[in-house]
Amino acid sequence: MEGNRQAPVVEVRDLVKRYRKAKVNAVDGVSFAVRREEVFGLLGPNGAGKTTTVGILTTRVRRTGGTASVSGVDVGVDPVRARRLVAVVPQRNNLDRSLSIRQNLLFHAAYHGVPAAERTRRATELLEEFGLADRADDKPDMFSGGQAQRVMVARALMHAPEVLFLDEPTTGLDPAARLFVWDRVRDLRNRGVTVVLTTHDMDEAAELADRVGIMDHGKLLALDTPAALTRGLPGRTTLEVAVTLDGTSPEQLVAELGALDGVERVEQVAAGPPGGWPPMGGPPGAGGPPGAPAAAGRPRELRARLYLTGDAPLLVAPVASLVAGHRAQLTEVAIGTPSLEDVFIALTGRALR
Amino acid sequence: MSAITSPVTTPTRPRTAARPARAFLAVLWRDIFVTGRELPVFLAQVVLQPLFLLFVFGKVLTDLGFTQPGYTRVLFPGIVALTATITGLQSTAFPLVIDFSFTKEIEDRLLAPLPVGMVAVEKVVFASLRALLAALVMLPIGVWVLGSIPWRASGVPLFVTILLLGCLVGSCLGMIMGTAVPPNRINVMFALVLTPLLFTGASQYPWASLEHLRWFQVVTALNPLTYVSEGMRAALVPDVPHIPPWISVLVLVVTIVVSLAVGIRLFLRRAID
Repeated sequence: MEGNRQAPVVEVRDLVKRYRKAKVNAVDGVSFAVRREEVFGLLGPNGAGKTTTVGILTTRVRRTGGTASVSGVDVGVDPVRARRLVAVVPQRNNLDRSLSIRQNLLFHAAYHGVPAAERTRRATELLEEFGLADRADDKPDMFSGGQAQRVMVARALMHAPEVLFLDEPTTGLDPAARLFVWDRVRDLRNRGVTVVLTTHDMDEAAELADRVGIMDHGKLLALDTPAALTRGLPGRTTLEVAVTLDGTSPEQLVAELGALDGVERVEQVAAGPPGGWPPMGGPPGAGGPPGAPAAAGRPRELRARLYLTGDAPLLVAPVASLVAGHRAQLTEVAIGTPSLEDVFIALTGRALR
Repeated sequence: MSAITSPVTTPTRPRTAARPARAFLAVLWRDIFVTGRELPVFLAQVVLQPLFLLFVFGKVLTDLGFTQPGYTRVLFPGIVALTATITGLQSTAFPLVIDFSFTKEIEDRLLAPLPVGMVAVEKVVFASLRALLAALVMLPIGVWVLGSIPWRASGVPLFVTILLLGCLVGSCLGMIMGTAVPPNRINVMFALVLTPLLFTGASQYPWASLEHLRWFQVVTALNPLTYVSEGMRAALVPDVPHIPPWISVLVLVVTIVVSLAVGIRLFLRRAID
């Protein structure tokens, strides 16, 4: 707006919210900034303070302390102006049941002062784009959760907001509807709308957000790109290898693998069918009882999981040459990257859900 | 803004500033639009009760000789007053309870670019319009049921004044009910409030005639509807003993100002955490 693309669109500093009669702060000193045309995710369990943070930014919740602004407008000082700049898609359906879908869009734009001809044009465009054109004259109470969600996103775009807030956009949706919402969020980014979304779904955050803020108990614990968040997690990236041994004892190879630079520890895992690795990001050791002895006499196979302190690809070559030095054969290599769930566990000591 | 153009057809920001007054009118238009579409249903909803009161008390009992012939002159202004006030009350209370507790439909309007207090004021204005319409419809209905209604041209200014105040006082009280009552107590609350309000509002009897039922006279004096009914009688049937109009007007204006202030406060509490 001020011609500065670098200036944050959303800026939150030391934000605090304590609800009436509450004993603890729902939001407890949160600071972050959202850049223009970014998809920003707030990830955390229910009750982490995500929705409250969004509520403050969208003028529905009065802050207790700190500042929050959208495009330079302090939402607490000038909520009327702030409301022109933001749009919200809430967790639950709040469509106007007395109006048809098209009328929901038209009246929303009218509240925001969009001229009549303009709002008619936009409504037609958005209904088309969101695949709602043939249902435009239906009442929202006949709509499924996913469809209502679509209508609410379309409605939010009617007044061309600077920032779109999506509160738990896919909670309770079936997989297809979820994918549709994901596609729409990507479209929004492509068309230059800044998006702030809250979610307790790590996949969703990793999938959609350019940057993710991890919240718990009202505090922002970490904030970075999903890749950087997971990269900063030592011992969570893994490299899994299968080796056919010829002469060398598995124990010796394991010991030598563990001595490589960048390897934190090595765990022997049971030989399983190819591709039978535990899912990426799964808890360590989920692949079966470690260290199960291979049958003696035949060429022996070793399967091992290396927990790394750095990037996995960098270790493929050292591992390969080490194995080759023992005249053994490397038959499989798989990289396991940590997920945001692992980041959350590392930060809080407990699982997200 | 940046020089980079968006690849997709992004709706451009409206140049015209969305002024709060414009937003207010749009929000009011939404309510009028929705009610307008279901006008017959709305009228049936609000007119049926006063219609039956008028029919049973004014027509049936009179025809059967249980009431004195002049009773309809007392009853009719009271029924117009009751219709205005109760319709106003229901038109704010019911929708607000449903909106805030269940449908959350109002959220889109709370996020419109106007002060949240103005959304509350819009609810009062709209409810008063509904009440006004319902009360005015009682005039032809009165003629139809009773054959004739008390009417005098010189009483019109006071009639209009009292009518507007009656609509407003009901709407403002409804705002308090709709925002103060927790959702799980709605049924109880309406039973406990609405019925007493209906029968302690001097609609079916002149307030002065309660002299011999002193405690009840005191109770009715606490009901704002009493002053609407008495004001109506002062306008339409001045020969029936009534509270002086200036007192009725004063009480109503004070009640409106106080209840609107309280109602907006409660509304803000529900609208903003």
